[in-house]
Amino acid sequence: MIRVENLVKKFLHKNAAGKTVEKTAVDGISLHIGPGEIFGLLGPNGAGKTTTIRMLTMLTQPTSGEIYYAGQPLAGHEAAMKQLIGVVPQNLNFDQDLTVGENLELHARLYHMEREDRASRIAELLHYVELEDVTHDSVRQLSGGMKRRLLIARALLHRPRILFLDEPTVALDPQVRRRIWELIRRMGRDGVTVLITTHYIEEAEALCDRVAVMSHGHLLAVDAPETLIHRVGAFAVEWETDGSRDYRLFSARQEAMAFAAGLTGSTSVRKANLEDVFVELTGRKEGL
Amino acid sequence: MQRIYDIGTVFWRDWVVLRHRLTAFILSRMVAPLLYLVAFGWGLGRSIQTGAGGSYLDFLVPGILALNSMNISFNSVTPVHAERVYHKSIEEYMIAPIWPPAFVIGKVLAAVLRGMISSAIILVLAYFFGAHFAVTPLFLLILVLNCAVFAEIGFIAAMFIRTYEEMGQVNTYILLPMSFLCGTFFSTHTLPDALRWFIEILPLTHTSYLLRGLGSGVPVASGSVVVLLLYLVVGFAIGCRAFIRLRR
Repeated sequence: MIRVENLVKKFLHKNAAGKTVEKTAVDGISLHIGPGEIFGLLGPNGAGKTTTIRMLTMLTQPTSGEIYYAGQPLAGHEAAMKQLIGVVPQNLNFDQDLTVGENLELHARLYHMEREDRASRIAELLHYVELEDVTHDSVRQLSGGMKRRLLIARALLHRPRILFLDEPTVALDPQVRRRIWELIRRMGRDGVTVLITTHYIEEAEALCDRVAVMSHGHLLAVDAPETLIHRVGAFAVEWETDGSRDYRLFSARQEAMAFAAGLTGSTSVRKANLEDVFVELTGRKEGL
Repeated sequence: MQRIYDIGTVFWRDWVVLRHRLTAFILSRMVAPLLYLVAFGWGLGRSIQTGAGGSYLDFLVPGILALNSMNISFNSVTPVHAERVYHKSIEEYMIAPIWPPAFVIGKVLAAVLRGMISSAIILVLAYFFGAHFAVTPLFLLILVLNCAVFAEIGFIAAMFIRTYEEMGQVNTYILLPMSFLCGTFFSTHTLPDALRWFIEILPLTHTSYLLRGLGSGVPVASGSVVVLLLYLVVGFAIGCRAFIRLRR
């Protein structure tokens, strides 16, 4: 459904010395995401996830590389491809001067939806995200969680076949986050291809059929979460050294248990997770 | 047809926002013209003789119309700056499958509407104050043209300016001097030559001359219409380019 080949984005920016230099935000990534798949782009802040999504959604011009949707190249077919995609941006980019309903109406008009379809689809989506009671309220009055759900409703309004979600649960409490996860799972069940960026490991683990780990503009690994975990080791032994936690990964429980038995002090054996994969691949824990 | 629909969509959004605040908009638009008419028309204006034989109020009204339509249309579009820099709501238009120039045209048309509502208020007030001038179709067309030119300038400013403070500087260093110097309150012929030549390049000067001439039934120079049209075309091209280049 989505195919990306050697996508590159370079920016000019000022370095610490005040000199304008070229910075590579995305460095030749290639991806293939199948229809109906929920695909996670995982990485710390500054990894290049948002820049990748901005290129895929035509908000930023790639420096080089090719993007294909449903087998068609994006270049030269932008208007048609824009009808295929829906975008849930990281920032709450509603029109602050419009009500909830008017924001959705604007979106429906921008996507050339038929007049008779607009009202029923808006009502259907507001019901889908449980916001039907706030149709006539200003978007300024909504809570953070309601705004996030409204972003999802807006992105789905024109029935996109591909949905991009950029950090959809950032700064939300766990209850609201789980509600949004359920919405995303429903989209996957409805056959929508979903590409989600997140720096929450548990979010990627809970939602994604496959994940790509991204760091410094590169894709370090792409696979199903379970496969990636088994690639680095199925079990982890954690212990304390000089006041900080250290860990080591093992492919078998017996090996992990044997290693733990030889340690002194506080130790634990647990199943490896995607966070271990991330740390192994990127060598950093910050930003998680 | 799709392009006209896209323009209509962008215009629709601004119309909905205006409709929410229509009463407040109309009332607020009456304050500045009322002050100008009282201070310069009734107050100061009674002791001013104009060369053309009419009252200073008759001379003043076209100037007030020109500067007011400039200010209203310019400031109607500048919130696009907040949509671009702070709220990021402009990205909704960039992602959508619309014809990119439709965004510029829709915003400019909405600003023209606001400018023309404001001008209509001034016309009514001016007649109430006893001003004498003719409102012809060409007179209205020049007003529309003036609104469109300054809406485009406002749009370009909104595309490039980074902070509210910089937008304030555009008002202070560009709009405010033009409000006073471009033939609005006095003829540019009284200015020193070097300043006059510069002032006569600016679009508001041509609007003031055209409105004053058309309002009093005096023949006007078609060159001034050409200058305004030139500003319109160049402003549109720069505005479209700036919007499309946001993707960089």
